[in-house]
Amino acid sequence: MTHLTDLPLWAAIPVCILLLAGSAVTLVGSIGLIRLKTFYGRLHAPTLGSSAGTVLICLASMITFAVLQNRWIFHEVLIIVFIVLTTPVTLMLLGQAALYRDRIEDSEVVPRKAAGETPSPSEADI
Amino acid sequence: MNELLVIWSILASQILLGLAMACALFRVIRGPRAQDRILGLDALYINAMLLLLTFGIRTANSIYFEAALIIALLGFVSSIAFAKFLMRGEVIE
Repeated sequence: MTHLTDLPLWAAIPVCILLLAGSAVTLVGSIGLIRLKTFYGRLHAPTLGSSAGTVLICLASMITFAVLQNRWIFHEVLIIVFIVLTTPVTLMLLGQAALYRDRIEDSEVVPRKAAGETPSPSEADI
Repeated sequence: MNELLVIWSILASQILLGLAMACALFRVIRGPRAQDRILGLDALYINAMLLLLTFGIRTANSIYFEAALIIALLGFVSSIAFAKFLMRGEVIE
């Protein structure tokens, strides 16, 4: 079994930098989730963590395991690909659901549909 | 020297990710409407997945990677189900 203390200095420095950068970017995104005022503004904030944060921390993990086990490791690419593919789908669906709910309530913050058109669930695109 | 560097930077990044999870949890609890809570939950599971990856680096154990992958898969499905529920009132039509 390998240990983290076997990590040489030339590998430890990039791992530390990537870890700290990734978690700092994730924290900035999550603070944006608190600070931004409207839902449609908040929808953008956590993508910082799910794109840059995930890529940086997965790279740190790849470097660590590749150096410790002395071979190329590509498992973390799975997580990167999966998160990068699924986050836009989730947030687009969530934004559409929020838009639909706001239109049902005749909210002032969202633009209305053209006259004569009433929003109904069957018209909303998937 | 270098083990100290790695240990402390992993600890610092775990604290930062913990704070990020706390921010997302605040949005889940406080969120004025249901879509805010779902957005907070989405951010929460991604932060938890990143925290599991840092645990994996700390213990040099690849079992945490599989847990992170499962969280990524199931979190996506649950967020989609919640968004569909908000839009239509039912998950499976």
